[in-house]
Order: sequence, then C-alpha cells, then structure tokens
Amino acid sequence: MDTLLLSRIQFAANISFHILFPTINIALCWFLVYFRLRRGAAKDKAAAQDWEEAYYLWTKIFALTFALGVVSGITMSFQFGTNWPGYMEKAGNIAGPLLGYEVLTAFFLEATFLGVMLFGRGRVSDRVHMVATLMVAAGTTLSAFWILSLNSWMQTPQGFEIIDGKFHATSWLEVIFNPSFPYRLAHKLLASTLTASFLIAGLSAWQILRGAANGGTPRALRAAVIAAAIAIPLQIVAGDMHGLNTLQHQPAKIAAIEGIWHTEKSAPLTLFGWPNEKEGRTDYAIQVPKLASLILAHDIDAELKGLDQFPNAHPPVAPVFWAFRVMVGVGVLMLLVSWWSAWQLRKSRASGEVPRRVLHVLTAMTFSGWVSTLAGWYVTEIGRQPFLVYGMLRTSDLVADHPSGMVLSTLIAYLATYVFLLVSYILVLMYMTGHPAQPTAQTPQSPKAATPVRGPA
Amino acid sequence: MNLTWDNTLPLFFMAVMGLALLAYVVLDGYDLGVGILLPFASDEEKDVMVSSIGPFWDANETWLVLGIGVLLIAFPLAHGIVLSALYLPVAIMLLGLTLRGVSFDFRVKARAARKDMWNRLFSLGSVVTAMAQGWMLGSYLTGFGFDAISLAFSAGIALTLPTAYAMLGAGWLIMKTGDTLQLKAVHWARRVLWPMGITLVGISLATPLVSHTVFERWFAMPQFLGLLPIPVACAVAFFAAFQVITKPKIVAAGYGWIVFASTVLIFVLAFIGLAYSLYPYIVIDRLTVWQAASATKSLIFIFVGVAITLPAIIVYTVFMYRVFWGRASALTYGPGG
Repeated sequence: MDTLLLSRIQFAANISFHILFPTINIALCWFLVYFRLRRGAAKDKAAAQDWEEAYYLWTKIFALTFALGVVSGITMSFQFGTNWPGYMEKAGNIAGPLLGYEVLTAFFLEATFLGVMLFGRGRVSDRVHMVATLMVAAGTTLSAFWILSLNSWMQTPQGFEIIDGKFHATSWLEVIFNPSFPYRLAHKLLASTLTASFLIAGLSAWQILRGAANGGTPRALRAAVIAAAIAIPLQIVAGDMHGLNTLQHQPAKIAAIEGIWHTEKSAPLTLFGWPNEKEGRTDYAIQVPKLASLILAHDIDAELKGLDQFPNAHPPVAPVFWAFRVMVGVGVLMLLVSWWSAWQLRKSRASGEVPRRVLHVLTAMTFSGWVSTLAGWYVTEIGRQPFLVYGMLRTSDLVADHPSGMVLSTLIAYLATYVFLLVSYILVLMYMTGHPAQPTAQTPQSPKAATPVRGPA
Repeated sequence: MNLTWDNTLPLFFMAVMGLALLAYVVLDGYDLGVGILLPFASDEEKDVMVSSIGPFWDANETWLVLGIGVLLIAFPLAHGIVLSALYLPVAIMLLGLTLRGVSFDFRVKARAARKDMWNRLFSLGSVVTAMAQGWMLGSYLTGFGFDAISLAFSAGIALTLPTAYAMLGAGWLIMKTGDTLQLKAVHWARRVLWPMGITLVGISLATPLVSHTVFERWFAMPQFLGLLPIPVACAVAFFAAFQVITKPKIVAAGYGWIVFASTVLIFVLAFIGLAYSLYPYIVIDRLTVWQAASATKSLIFIFVGVAITLPAIIVYTVFMYRVFWGRASALTYGPGG
C-alpha cells in the first residue's frame, strides 16, 4: 500500500477512535448536571440518595471516557504535522486559529475544572462544585463548536482569499459560520445526546437484568429513554436539513450517497443495491420512483446531478453509499426503540417494574450511538474526497512523503493500542455497572454530605 | 527593528509557545516523574502517589497541546518540518502518553486483579513518554541530524530526561505526602539528583559541540560574562536541593518544598539557556520565527484570544491548585473524603 492510503487509514483510525469518547461525553456531562439538579430538588431523602447513586456511577464512567478522549485527542493534534504537513502549510492561516481557540477556550476549561468536578466535592462548597461541573460541560460543548467549525469549513470553505497558493482569511465570521456549520453542529450535538442516552439506558437495563441495580438505576434509565425519545425526531429533522445543505454545496457527495450515476429529473430513491463503480451503475437496485427528488429537493420533478458531472472529483461510491444506509438504519431503529420503550415505561409506571423485553432491547442498543456516529462520520468525511478542503485542496497533494513502511509500522502500533483500549473500556464499563455503589451503614459521613455513597471504586 | 505587528507578533507567539512548553515540562514533568517512580513503592503508597497527581494531570497535559497548537497556529511551516522530521519519536511519545493517561483511570476502575497490569502500563507509559521527549529535544537541537554524533546526542538526552522528571516527581511527593512515603521520596531524590546534575552539565557542554550556532552564541566575550549567572544559579539551586535531601531534619521542619522549587528553578534556567541558544531560529539554522510565521491577520485574530483567555486560564489553574493544596488524600468522587 502507498503512503497516501496508509496515512489516510491512520488518520481515519485515530479520528474514529477519538470521536467515540467525546460523542459520549458532550451529552453525558449535561446528564450529570441534570442528575445533580434532581438530587437537589428531590422531595425526600430516598429520592436524593437515588439520584446521588446515579450521579456517582456515571461520574466514574465520565472520568474514564474523558481520559480516553484526552489522550486520543492529543494524538490528533500531532497528526496534522506528522502526516499532513502540506495541509498546515497551505491552510494553516485558517485551521490554526480555529484549533487555537479550541485549546484556549475549551481544553483548558474542561481539563482544569474536571479535577474539581471529580475530586473536589469534599473540598469546595456545593455551589462551587456545581459551577465546576457546568464549566466542564460548557468546555466539552465549546470544544465541539470549534472543531466542527473547522471541519465544516473544510467541507464548505468560504471567507478566504488565496495568495501565493496559501489561504488567507478575509472574514473570520464567514470562516467560522460557514454554510454547513450550523447544520453539522446541531447534527453532532444531537448525535451525542442519542449516543449518551442509549449508553445510559442500555447499561442501566443490563444492570437491572443482572440484578446489580441500585436506586439510581431505574431513574437514570427513565431519564435516558425520555431524552432519546425527544432527541431522535429532532435528529431526523436536523439530518434532513443537513442533507439539503449538502446537496446545495457538495452535490457530488449526495450523488454518491444516493447512487445517482447520471443526471436525471424525477430521480428514484435507491433503497438498497450494490454500487458498481466500474460500470457506473447500481446492481440489484431496489428503487422507489421519483422519491429521491422529493426527499432531496422537496420537489418531485427536480433534477439531481449525477456522478458523471464530477469526473475525477467525486468520492468513492460504495463506502459512502453503505455508510449512509447504516446511519439511517440505526437512526430508524433508535426512533422505534426509544418511542416504544418510553410508551412501555409509561404503562408500567404504576408497578415500577420495567418489562424484561424492554430491558433486553435497550441492552442490545447500548452502543448503537457509536455505530451511527461512525457511519455518519464516514459519509461526510469520505464523501469529501478526493479533496481535503472541498474543491480547493486535494488530499493526495498534502501528504508527507514518509517511507510507507514507517507509516505502516506506526499504524499497526496505533491499531493494536486502540483495539486493546476499546476492549478494556467496554469490559470495565460492564464491570463498573455490574458492581455499582451501594449505600453502606459504615460509610463515614462528611459534614457536608447528606447521602454517603460507597462501593468498590 | 521597527515595532510593527508583522515583526512583533511572531516574537510574541514564540514566547507563548516557549512558556507553554516550559509549563508543560515542569507540570507534566512532575506527574510523569511520579509515574516513573511508581514501581518502587508499595501498593498502598502507589494509591497515594496517584492521588497526589489525580486532579492535575489532565490540565498539565493540555499545556503540551497549547505548545504544539501555537507552533501550528503561528508557525505552520515549522510545524510541518519539525513534526514530520520527528515522526517516529512523536508516535512513540503519543503511544506512551495514551497508555499513561488511560491506565491512570483504568487502574482504580477495573477489577482488582487487573490493577497490577494497569500500574505497570502507567509506569511504562511514563518512561516511554519521557524518553521520547528527550529524543525529540536532542534531535531538534542537532537540526534533525542523522549522523552518528547527532544520534548519540539524542540517545543521551533520551536516557537522561527520565531522571530529571523523576527528580521533579520526588520533589512533588516530598511536598504532597508524609511519613514513610515522604522518606522514600527523599531517598529517591537522593538517588536521582546526581545523575540528573551530571547529565545536565554533560548536555550543556555537548550542545555547543554539536551545534556551531550555539557555540558562537555562548563562547564570545562579553556575552559569556553576561550569561554566567545562568550556570551559577543552577549550581546554587542544585546545592540547595542537595542540602535538603541529605538532612532529613530540614524536611521534617517543613522545608521539603525547597527540593521541588530548586528543581523547577533548574528547569527554568535550562530553558532560558536553551531559548538564548536558539533565538531567532525556530528550526535551528534553517528557519527563523519570521520566516515561519503565518499571516499577520491570522496572528492578530488569535492574539486577541490569547490576550483574553491566557490570564483566565492562569487564574483558574491557580484556583484549582489552591483547592487541592496540602497533603494528598485518597481521591473520591463522592461528597467528602
């Protein structure tokens, strides 16, 4: 394999591994804020205790997830220079400041207040601790703001001029708020909400099935299912709007997603099929007439541009085509599961017992957010190829010309580490939820605490 | 030199980058040092050691991201040259940092039987990170030379930087712990002080020999006289640390912090010496800060951000250190220790 492909695989592996953890934590932190607020507002001691237990368990998971996000994020910041020096040389004037603002406004905020949030409860007042928690939540969300702004600029660049082959900003507002940014940000924040919701619901369900639940478990489960049921229709709307935006700015990506090989009016929607790039057609296609035009342009007669319009400037079709169907498929599943679960929870509210089939289904969906997030990520990132900055800079022109053997060796080392850590992470999540904190009579109470919670750390 | 945005902003960002990297080396230095020392402690002591750095390591590492971020923001050309020349040591450092950062969290959350494995990975990650950073520093100073002398020089720093971090770590533990662990930390400091001192002198003498540019900057009159305070102050700091760790009474009387403070002082002085050696190059003998700087408009945009956020970062960092001031105690996510 050549250096370009290996470098691309390496970057994809790093960013895929990295994105798993912030995707959980951006929303998980707001769940923690919610658990804290509910504890404060609880009517009786027992309820307060329950929310405390939920908070305690999910803080531990947050801390572990945060550590994985930080270390894999540091790797990302070096990869630009080690593998893609041409990108920084040409687009550094734009990419640099956006990354810089992320470090300055978000990274330090979350990393510093994280210490107080995790370990400072006995050392600061409740209010200061709440402020620290809010700072961490704000930090993770701000971080998403900046990095998605840069990512979106690479997809839909504007607000720049090119002097001597280098990008120079003409308007920072146009750079930051580029056309695809609001859609991408909304799409990502909702994806994070769904990922965290299904993780909380799934692990809580698994806890109940294993008989390892504490008082916090059903409360966390209920909160997560409701959050998912609210977020998923919003996500479908946001996704649709994002799609319309992509059609306007990156029609080649849409053509690859839909498998539209030739420009046509009243284009049919291909549900499934086998993209055959050599022959320029989709084999075994199952199509609904005119539906693609209706969905994409909201007009049944609209003309959609085909891949033939973008010779040598469209992404590889099969991965984009498939990744999109995986994302949408999981999304539909999320809609069905969250609404059905919410309804079942409502029905069983009187008894307080969550039906076992709901628990089984939720457990099966634990990591569904990861699947659809990665699939969506591949749609948008592979869909940007062969460009690094859409329409402006080609990926193949910007790669560092290291010997391919060297890139291959680091790629293997990264992959081995990531597989090891991912397996460890999932096993430890299962272990932690299987052995949650239980209140004990012997737990020493600090003067500030009303609700001692201890368990195997 | 006229004072215009064009020629002062690159200097400003050079200073920010330098200070961020100095902050990183000192701050992450002590927690990497604690990781390096971990295998020499008993099981309970290990928990205390990790607790002593628990609330801090995350923010400490962020300084590295800022340092490398400023290199990317302000000097994109140098960012590409430096990082692609350091491809392998960077990859090794990243793997070390990854193992270190996650083991820290895994060790208390995984089942007890696995704790040993995570402890070992924590130490391994710390040592690998320190060595890779040493190699990077050496390679950077020789202008990424690939001849035998340059490689030997890089290897020399790679082997010795862990001792300097271990010294910082021991100093940190003397401040943050008590009783037998504190005594042990004093003992560790005694073990690494001399290797650190000897290698620091060795590197200082070797640097002008491998780099002609550095030689000319130091060994000329009258600059040499003006620079003398740096080695002299280093010697004084070294002597102070030596006095404290060889006289347990001084530690018992509450002056243990002098060990950490003197080690930090040595780091700062070494940094000043290094900065003087390199200025105005960002890639030695090849690229000056002005040649590597990005567009002035971009620098102004981020300058505003730095001017507003950096003071805030320093304020809340100080706040965080105050919250966790004093002896380290067991960490808990619950209310109350």
